[in-house]
Amino acid sequence: MSIATEAVMKQEVYQVNGMNLWYGQHHALKNINLSIYENEVTAIIGPSGCGKSTFIKTLNLMIQMTPNVKLAGELNYNGSNILKDKVDIVDLRKNIGMVFQKGNPFPQSIFDNVAYGPRVHGTKNKKKLQEIVEKSLKDVALWDEVKDRLHTSALSLSGGQQQRLCIARALATNPDILLMDEPTSALDPISTRKIEELILELKDKYTIVIVTHNMQQAARVSDQTAFFYMGELVECDNTNKMFSNPKDQRTLDYISGKFG
Amino acid sequence: MNRKITDKLATGMFGLCAAIIAAILVGLFSYIIINGVSQLSFQFITTKSSAIAAGGGIRDQLFNSFYILFITMLITIPLGVGGGVFMAEYAPNNKVTDFIRTCIEVLSSLPSIVIGMFGLLMFVNLTGWGYTIIGGALALTVFNLPVMVRVTEDAIRSVPKDLKEASLALGVSRWHTVKTVLIPSAIPSIITGAILASGRVFGEAAALLFTAGLTTPRLNFTEWNPFSETSPLNIFRPAETLAVHIWNVNTQGMIPDAEAIANGGSAVLVISVLVFNLAARWLGTMIYKKLTAN
Repeated sequence: MSIATEAVMKQEVYQVNGMNLWYGQHHALKNINLSIYENEVTAIIGPSGCGKSTFIKTLNLMIQMTPNVKLAGELNYNGSNILKDKVDIVDLRKNIGMVFQKGNPFPQSIFDNVAYGPRVHGTKNKKKLQEIVEKSLKDVALWDEVKDRLHTSALSLSGGQQQRLCIARALATNPDILLMDEPTSALDPISTRKIEELILELKDKYTIVIVTHNMQQAARVSDQTAFFYMGELVECDNTNKMFSNPKDQRTLDYISGKFG
Repeated sequence: MNRKITDKLATGMFGLCAAIIAAILVGLFSYIIINGVSQLSFQFITTKSSAIAAGGGIRDQLFNSFYILFITMLITIPLGVGGGVFMAEYAPNNKVTDFIRTCIEVLSSLPSIVIGMFGLLMFVNLTGWGYTIIGGALALTVFNLPVMVRVTEDAIRSVPKDLKEASLALGVSRWHTVKTVLIPSAIPSIITGAILASGRVFGEAAALLFTAGLTTPRLNFTEWNPFSETSPLNIFRPAETLAVHIWNVNTQGMIPDAEAIANGGSAVLVISVLVFNLAARWLGTMIYKKLTAN
């Protein structure tokens, strides 16, 4: 398949055009241009403080919780600029699930954790909720491990299980996109592998953006990789191409471990 | 000095501090109980107090204490929790908020006799109610509210930020996040705060002298219509609480057994506070377990 036809087939979910972000005086994201495609995994890599977490938090506007943040430019989500147009932030976040660095289940039962989103968004029917919970937990391969203790506290799960539970919780509101902010940075290698396998399965149904410190992880799971450095998007390309033949010297230095 | 010895010394110092605190508590407690226990009897807590003759009880005073506590908490808890949630979640980070916070702190450290004088002006004279339970309860609210606000604010703030983020990222509104994530997680601390506030209310005398008064009308414990003159539930009647009664018999009592009554009353007061604390703590744990499926 030629690159041209591939580009035509790919559906853009996000299109970022000249986006800038300031924390007070600090210019944290500088003129970012980037497209994120449907049913692909986009990995965001870069050293600490490069703006990658800031970037992923703009995608569901969670960044607006931080005081003194100023945004400019275009952040098009399904064709509308969510920085300018009046968007219903509740609807937006319903469609954009997010998973954080550390598993953060609510101090409630496993069932209630997964059912939390759907309940808030109006699903009251018990049977329907049960279906959603079962499906979401199966999607993250946690069902068999917890089906006998759905009504025990989610905090009794291991770290890896908690993180998968949080992914299930995000999937339960039936989003189109899944944002993952270093989802495995607090996990052991086996749990990490499970999450990575999960990402590869989930990308059939969801568009995934993952921030990671781990370049091997980016290489294993992603289709497209974006390298951020000091608030700039240095390079964004097909993952294989970027890791085998980066265009920018800084990218080469970073992926070959010269700094990090 | 050898650092191992230093370390042992520090551990010992902290242990000593803890031991002193425990000793004071146990000592005080046993002193009050031992002095008062001979007076304790079913009759003592179910007999009306007497102004002249010996052998009076503390029935009305005990009831008044609990009733004023109940009314005070009925006002304090919703207002205090609401205020605390506002301060933690909604109040903007600016000078006005800082000013309000300072006011709250000053208010909670006002001497209770001053609150009593304020209550006398506000809830007794200005309203024209005279000495009433509601006047006493409002005066107590004035100095309990800041504690409740402060405790709630701290409790809400100490809920991990991840939980709030997780909820908001699911497209859940702020109010719903407060209701379903923040308040349930903060419940144990809020209950501890409410218990501390209750203890103060229960033992408070100075603020009640001029607001709830030093007398109790003749009560008819079979009359439960709160609007009746003789009903114990009437909030517009004067009510001498147990703590006030102890102070009263000790300083101006004319009864021959004043000391025994005061000792017995103190024992009942202390035991009530203790039982109340334990019960509230147990209740808090139960609520938390129910909310969190632990």
